[in-house]
Amino acid sequence: MFTLKAVNLGKVFGNRTVFSSINLELNTGDSVAIIGPNGSGKTTLIKLLINLIRPTTGKVSHFENSNRLDENDFRRSVSFVSPYLNLYDQLSGEENLKFFAAARGGNATGKEIETLLARVGLERRGLDLVSTYSTGMKQRLKYALALSNQPQFIFLDEPMSALDDNGKLIVSELIEELRPNCVIVIATNEKEEYALAREQCRLGQ
Amino acid sequence: MPENSAGLVSKATAVYVKDLRLELRSRVGLNAVFMFGLTTLAVVSFALGQASLSPKILGALFWIIIFFSAMSGLAQVFVREEEAQTALALRLNADPDAVFLGKLIFNFSLLIVMTAVITPLFFVFTDAPEAGALNFLIILALGVIDLCAATTLVAAIIAKASVKGALFAVLSFPILMPMLIALTLASDKILAGGSLSEVSGHLQFLTAYAIVMLTASVMLFKYVWQE
Amino acid sequence: MWWKYLIFLAMSVIIWFSFTTPAPQQQIGEASRIFYYHIPQAWICVMAFTMSAYYSIKYLKKRNAIDDDCAADASRLGLLFCFLATLTGAIFAKVTWGAFWNWDPRQTSIFILLLIYGAYFALRGAIEDSERRAGLSSVYAILAFVTVPFLVFVLPRMVPSLHPSDSVINKDLKFTMGPQVRTIFFSSLTVFTVMFFWIFNILKKTNILRRKIEAGTI
Repeated sequence: MFTLKAVNLGKVFGNRTVFSSINLELNTGDSVAIIGPNGSGKTTLIKLLINLIRPTTGKVSHFENSNRLDENDFRRSVSFVSPYLNLYDQLSGEENLKFFAAARGGNATGKEIETLLARVGLERRGLDLVSTYSTGMKQRLKYALALSNQPQFIFLDEPMSALDDNGKLIVSELIEELRPNCVIVIATNEKEEYALAREQCRLGQ
Repeated sequence: MPENSAGLVSKATAVYVKDLRLELRSRVGLNAVFMFGLTTLAVVSFALGQASLSPKILGALFWIIIFFSAMSGLAQVFVREEEAQTALALRLNADPDAVFLGKLIFNFSLLIVMTAVITPLFFVFTDAPEAGALNFLIILALGVIDLCAATTLVAAIIAKASVKGALFAVLSFPILMPMLIALTLASDKILAGGSLSEVSGHLQFLTAYAIVMLTASVMLFKYVWQE
Repeated sequence: MWWKYLIFLAMSVIIWFSFTTPAPQQQIGEASRIFYYHIPQAWICVMAFTMSAYYSIKYLKKRNAIDDDCAADASRLGLLFCFLATLTGAIFAKVTWGAFWNWDPRQTSIFILLLIYGAYFALRGAIEDSERRAGLSSVYAILAFVTVPFLVFVLPRMVPSLHPSDSVINKDLKFTMGPQVRTIFFSSLTVFTVMFFWIFNILKKTNILRRKIEAGTI
């Protein structure tokens, strides 16, 4: 079982306190939606939970069966999808997936990549450069990448952004598949995305 | 396909191959480095005319050309990640040591390709004596290694600055100066026909410099790559 | 508070004696008096740089903003003394060897240190986010520091030097200065060092207060 723990988390930029005293504990199978108006710190909180930035106060830690995960172990078990996470434009979808798998120390066979791409509905565009993809297709590719990691923690900032109805369906199904084996954290403005998580964390009060 | 502890080497190779592929498709780094090298060389050759230069000046000139060519092209490998905003994906998926090594080897390849072209041209255009050519290659190899060893981390640093400008050269130069001095002095002796044993002190210096800078860079890279 | 007066007094005494006693080195003559100032300044410059590297390492480990403040302040002071050392060195060079600058290895080293400091502040100026600025400049300070042993120890042995090499310690590791010169020199070294730490301490206290005000704990 994997656990995400945030204790007394706070972040200050200059003299602006974004939030303070946030406490969270999530185990495999749990999910939380971070909601709040624009500028309330949703993205900041997600970045803190993934250890992308350092908290001003408090601590974030990740565990596997009560063993603390160090940064390398955590990196191997986390996936992230977000509007500001970009993949390599001058590589094809397939090359991107192959590269990231190899960079992780694994190997992605042609078959595995085909399966991934098909899962997100990009089966015919795998060989095209990502620069030729629409925003929605890029979003789908990000999900393919997220899946390829077989994550224990999955963080989604604005999960349905840029997706058409079909894309949204694919993503909802994906999340349901992942739910029993993952800790899911979502940051969102959209009411329809609230339902993707069982609990809510409200910012900006 | 989860990550396993398959060697650092294979992960670094993946990063290297990716950067190589991107470079071959866009040629930004190659273009910068070659155009700079060739242009400077042409200017020097033109200014010289038929005159010949002392080995001292030849050595200095050569390393000036290599240094500035390096400055024009070696920051690309990190700056490109930041500008395209792909650094985040890389950071979330790749081992920092692998990222550093992969990009270090990439810069090294870039420099090797450039010097492979510029060096023979330099010898031709400036009529440098061929007597020391083979020994000169050894100095050259060490110089290229040292350049990469010291500047790759600096490239990572400036990639994260808000205003880049000439920052890469400004930060690199003081760190490179000891080794540039050693290189110039050694080149002077070698081009004058000296043997390698005459510059053994310099060679030791350059080797020690490479080892120290590489070790320091590998240890410090994490702090640059992860905020 | 009384440090201020003590240092003022001590420095005045040193200056007085540096000019009224016989010149330290007879061959070079009057210009050798600069030795009482130039060497302490160069020494402090290197020490300040070491402190900057130390605080940089501390910052990277603990991420306390105050450590970054200290690293930056040590560098500022180091830059000042580096500048002074370069200046006094150039004056001495002009009077003794006829040219302000001739790339003798010690001159080259102090020049490189000057460039390192300049680069450090150029980097700090180019980063807006304060945490990032602290982290990146700390890494650079440490990287630059690693090259200092090459500058200080190896380079002078590779290149023939104009610097008087026997003026402090000769080959037998015995002091070659006369007792009077030795007293003035080491006093000067001590006073300069004390003054440096006094200034640094004031800067550090100012930073601590400033941080407290910002955090609202005052």
